[in-house]
Amino acid sequence: MTIFIDTLSWILLTAGGLFVFIGGLGAIRMPNLYTRMHAASLTDTMGVVLVLGGIMLQAGLTLATIKLAAILLFLLLTSPTASNALASAAILSGLQPKEGPVKPREKAE
Amino acid sequence: MYYAVTIATLVTMALALVRALLGPTIYDRLLAANMFGTKTVLFLSVVAFLYGRPDFLDLALVYALINFIGVIAVLEFIREREDSGEKLS
Repeated sequence: MTIFIDTLSWILLTAGGLFVFIGGLGAIRMPNLYTRMHAASLTDTMGVVLVLGGIMLQAGLTLATIKLAAILLFLLLTSPTASNALASAAILSGLQPKEGPVKPREKAE
Repeated sequence: MYYAVTIATLVTMALALVRALLGPTIYDRLLAANMFGTKTVLFLSVVAFLYGRPDFLDLALVYALINFIGVIAVLEFIREREDSGEKLS
């Protein structure tokens, strides 16, 4: 049973690290603000849930797990709110998202 | 295995800092700052278990709250400035 939980938590941790790294890469490589926001929100949801879930499995039923659950809850509540506020502020300031297909030349904007 | 997650988080923090320095608009910089804060929370949680010191989780909890309030405060500040007609980049 222990080895099962250990294996599961290592899998979750590795997948979480991978998601966090992919999101960071996307925040560098994506062409404009809104696509970058999409990449950053990947790390805020999938990365956080997987990494904190993996650590929770390691911690077992202790006070640490409750604290981790509180951190997870706060992050899941606040990060969409912050993203929404950021996107609406960007739209209101006149930064329009591009619509339609992007030509290869325009990608490196 | 904690090391792998720690390194991935650190690399992502570095990438977020690069985006904050490059960012063409001020919103890109703010997005990068928000991302950096979230990654700091993750980093603190992992380090707490890497070094076997669960006290660090309290720091992570406080950081999660401060980060959110900081981003909202900066957004409000930018909006006030733009309403008064000042050009920010």
